[in-house]
Amino acid sequence: MTTKPGLAAALPEALKKLDPRHQLRSPVMFVVWAGSLLVTVFAVTDPSVFTIAVAAWLWFTVLFANLAEAVAEGRGKAQADSLRRTKKDAVARLVDGDVVAGTELKIGDLVVVEAGEVVPGDGDVVEGIATVDESAITGESAPVIRESGGDRCAVTGGTTVLSDRIVVRITTKPGESFVDRMIALVEGAERQKTPNEIALTILLSTLTIIFLLAVVALQPFAIYSGGEQSVVVLTALLVCLIPTTIGALLSAIGIAGMDRLVQRNVLATSGKAVEAAGDIDTLLLDKTGTITWGNRRATEFIPVGPTSDETLVAAARLASLADDTPEGRSILELAGGEPASEHEKTGEFVPFTAQTRMSGIDLGERSIRKGAASAFELTDTAREIVDEISAQGGTPLVVAENDHSGNGKVLGIIRLSDVVKPGMRERFAELRAMGIRTVMVTGDNPLTAKAIAEEAGVDDFLAEAKPEDKMALIRKEQEGGRLVAMTGDGTNDAPALAQADVGVAMNTGTSAAKEAGNMVDLDSDPTKLIEIVEIGKQLLITRGALTTFSVANDLAKYFAILPAMFAAIYPALDRLNIMHLATPQSAILSAVIFNALVIVALIPLALKGVRYRPSSASALLRRNLLIYGLGGVVTPFAGIWLIDLLVRLIPGIG
Amino acid sequence: MSPLVAGLLQTGILLTALAVVYRPLGDYMARVFTAKGHLKAERAIYRFARINPDAEQKWSTYAYGVLGFSFVGIVFLYVVQRVQSLLPFGFDRGDIGPGMAFNTAISFVANTNWQSYVPEAVMGHAVQMIGLTVQNFVSAAVGLAVAIALVRGFVRHQTDRLGNFWVDLVRGTLRILLPIAFIGAIVLIAFGVTMSLKSGVDVDGQVVANAPVASQEVIKELGTNGGGVLNANSAHPFENPGEWTNLIEIFLILVIPVALTRTFGRLAGDRKQGYVLLSVMGVIWTAMLAVIWAAEANGIRPLEGKELRFGIPGSALFANATTGTSTGAVNSLHDSYTGLGGGAALLNMLFGEMTPGGVGTGLYSILVMAIIAMFLAGLMVGRTPEYLGKKLGRKEVTAAAVSILAMPTVLLIGAGIAAVLPSTQGALNNPGEHGLSEILYAYASASNNNGSAFGGITVTNDWFQSSLGLCMLFGRFVPIVAVLALAGSLAAQKKVPVTAGTLPTTGPLFATLLTGSIVLVAALTFVPALALGPIAEALL
Repeated sequence: MTTKPGLAAALPEALKKLDPRHQLRSPVMFVVWAGSLLVTVFAVTDPSVFTIAVAAWLWFTVLFANLAEAVAEGRGKAQADSLRRTKKDAVARLVDGDVVAGTELKIGDLVVVEAGEVVPGDGDVVEGIATVDESAITGESAPVIRESGGDRCAVTGGTTVLSDRIVVRITTKPGESFVDRMIALVEGAERQKTPNEIALTILLSTLTIIFLLAVVALQPFAIYSGGEQSVVVLTALLVCLIPTTIGALLSAIGIAGMDRLVQRNVLATSGKAVEAAGDIDTLLLDKTGTITWGNRRATEFIPVGPTSDETLVAAARLASLADDTPEGRSILELAGGEPASEHEKTGEFVPFTAQTRMSGIDLGERSIRKGAASAFELTDTAREIVDEISAQGGTPLVVAENDHSGNGKVLGIIRLSDVVKPGMRERFAELRAMGIRTVMVTGDNPLTAKAIAEEAGVDDFLAEAKPEDKMALIRKEQEGGRLVAMTGDGTNDAPALAQADVGVAMNTGTSAAKEAGNMVDLDSDPTKLIEIVEIGKQLLITRGALTTFSVANDLAKYFAILPAMFAAIYPALDRLNIMHLATPQSAILSAVIFNALVIVALIPLALKGVRYRPSSASALLRRNLLIYGLGGVVTPFAGIWLIDLLVRLIPGIG
Repeated sequence: MSPLVAGLLQTGILLTALAVVYRPLGDYMARVFTAKGHLKAERAIYRFARINPDAEQKWSTYAYGVLGFSFVGIVFLYVVQRVQSLLPFGFDRGDIGPGMAFNTAISFVANTNWQSYVPEAVMGHAVQMIGLTVQNFVSAAVGLAVAIALVRGFVRHQTDRLGNFWVDLVRGTLRILLPIAFIGAIVLIAFGVTMSLKSGVDVDGQVVANAPVASQEVIKELGTNGGGVLNANSAHPFENPGEWTNLIEIFLILVIPVALTRTFGRLAGDRKQGYVLLSVMGVIWTAMLAVIWAAEANGIRPLEGKELRFGIPGSALFANATTGTSTGAVNSLHDSYTGLGGGAALLNMLFGEMTPGGVGTGLYSILVMAIIAMFLAGLMVGRTPEYLGKKLGRKEVTAAAVSILAMPTVLLIGAGIAAVLPSTQGALNNPGEHGLSEILYAYASASNNNGSAFGGITVTNDWFQSSLGLCMLFGRFVPIVAVLALAGSLAAQKKVPVTAGTLPTTGPLFATLLTGSIVLVAALTFVPALALGPIAEALL
């Protein structure tokens, strides 16, 4: 149980939240707060074991609700703190030579960052190329390349340049940078209620009003019947009836939902976007990188000239031994996957650089390289093969070897081509079960696109897609009332990202793309979209399930409290005391205690979210109604009965 | 024939008759509210009232229409009663006092027909015919219009127009209520219901009060009004002479609310959507019938307060139909029912009158409940809740909540105050738990616009006249305004397409969910109060 230390740490924060101004944010909990105060007055002026016990447990109810919220917020704070540590006080060197503090940068400032320096603010690279360590933000240790122009120009403040020199144009004001937004987000400082949360709060308030009326009107009926009730008992009844369970956990559920997203390295600009993710009808997925590995899997070795197959395979394997990129690993796999021998380990790995555009190994006198076709001088035969692979939509990788005399020789070509990622078919089937249609977007010609679409099992595809086609598709879907989600990274994706209901920008993408979308995936993993949808759904389901549970609980509470209140005037009503609770006091107190404890018991569920398995709406509803509806009816009968067995032992109660 | 067999036979005949007219009547009503053309008589009315029948209204204009029309109706009814002595066919019954006139005016305009008076001693034929009967027609037509406006809210999209209240009102009256009432009255006369402009008839030297009964009896049931022209209501042999008229009257009570589910399915473009509502109404109605019937058959004095010519089944059927709709006509004394039987009749009203509910009101009430049920269900399947292709957001939930809150609010406040007023003790026939049942029943009846009287309580003092009057007023018009606002916000939305992720609202799962919601909402709200009344009584 990870919640235990969390609970203790959250206690001071929970006590602070007893402030009525804070309680006013939740109408349900405010009623409990006011009720606690009222009963406390009676406990002070007219003390009895029963009254004091009820007052204490009513305060516990409020406290437990605060605790749930504090625990959820505490988790976010921990993340925010680690983020804050990344916010070093960087010094910015402007192009004109001035040196200013990172906090004084303005949008449009041009700053120079060299190897070993921290990028002072969010911006786009406008000059140069560099490797950047983004682990502070993404947690991913491998450095990434950032270069001017193209779709990999965005740099984030707080990251470190490892090599080379770049000029960055600042695109955000200090205090509004990516890291700042991220901190605000995980701390829940800017948390606003989402549309569904507001609607649910209205429903919960309505239920509270109904029960308030029912309990207030009960007193005159009781007086009429000759069994006037004490304010303590009526307040206890009211608190037991109003939906305290969901009222107490509602904000924790919302914070935790956002937190789950952050844990998966996704940042949303608003809770609204997370909720919208649960409503998505159509998913636009880029083929490359999302559905397929991209042209990144070795599928064939093609020798050139006199080179034998074995020689090429052996050379390709050697060149990739220390290459940790997906391409490198796939070459090793295709070459047989044999690990490096002791001798081979002595070789010196030559990493890929943006300038050489090749990588390889120097082993003794041998020097083997593999890289982009443009980095080598090719024979006509080799050129033909390269062109053919390119025409077929694949990527050619040239393998060459330098002998001791320095004469280079092209051994052959590795074909990297599109392979559908494993498990995609199953995921799309799951999505279909959830009612979500997937559309694959690709620049390929319709024939190639169709083949891959069929292999991957998507519902539809858009071939030879230009950015404006994507936009048109989104508009068309939205006109039919559907909600569309997509991922994108390029500047030309920005309009479509903005148009989509859920636009997830890749962290590797341009600032424009990140600005346009309403979420950013730090891992730059386009399949993350599927998880985002699930988190959105889980958030709503957790709210719905706990509301149902909360309301279903009331049945048992009636059976506990009504006989306790009125069996004295109508002995026949004691027949409703089916739990055989010891005394009226023990019955009422047990119900109040159960009502408080159930909040604590459900905090882990609220934080983790209700288990979600993709299935049809009917199956989901049936399952949740059974567990949380029927379970909500049965659980309190057992719980109150058990608590009563203990409570009846207290002198003055039992 | 044993009473059980006779009862089952009666129930069978009733259900068969309803099944036969279900489709044609439902489809006909759908056509009435979608037809482009106007009848000659309608054109004349529109010209006279200076209404442009082809101009559609926003929800607020529609609501102003309903409220304005009803307000004028209340004022007119009040004045007519207060100056009765100037009108013909008054039989020297004099002017009605202000408290009673206020209560009665609201009662008939709000489709409640709660009667705090003895008609044959107080109301002359003129007030009955130009006042009360007119409202029996138009108050039912108002309910119908509001229901249709809500359905339009679901069916239409991206518009702020909900139709024209005046057109819906006129069509509902002229094309639906009047023709059926005309035929029904003739049938009732054929079966022995009286129709006379005299004040009484000499029976063996004793003068028995009489009135133009048949013409009012038919709309009393058909419009789910319930206000009898004679004090004994449908227990009176002039209003309800025998088993056949009893069955016909029950049929008339149920026919429009039941057939409206078909109308709804037709207009919504999916008949199954209507059938599923019908099934929910039917399940609850049948269950409550079984409870009342069984409770009465096993009572200590089973026939106390019941007419021998109807027996237990005929009384139970009528009681269940009249409280399950917002009719409130009675053919037996509900006060004399067992704790359980009377409690079930009370619970029928506390469900919020939607099994099948009043003309129009039943349909819009159950649709509001469906919205609440689908909101929770929608969350539980992980999507923004929707129903019939419309999203259920803040506005929709608020409107539905206000609509549902109105009835329990006025009921519990009214009954709560009444329970502790010293004057109440003098108004009750019975002390203890049965007395509380009488109070609860009176306020449930008024707040739900049912109008049936449990009896056993004298409601003529100023407190009851005014508080019950206000219960009727708020119980009727707060939900109407909320429902029209709901219709407005639904109509403004885009239509959400049906996908595999959409929760189907036509199957048994939805029916169970909706049934559960109706029962649960009523139970959670009223169990504490019921515990001290009918529940305590039934457990004795």
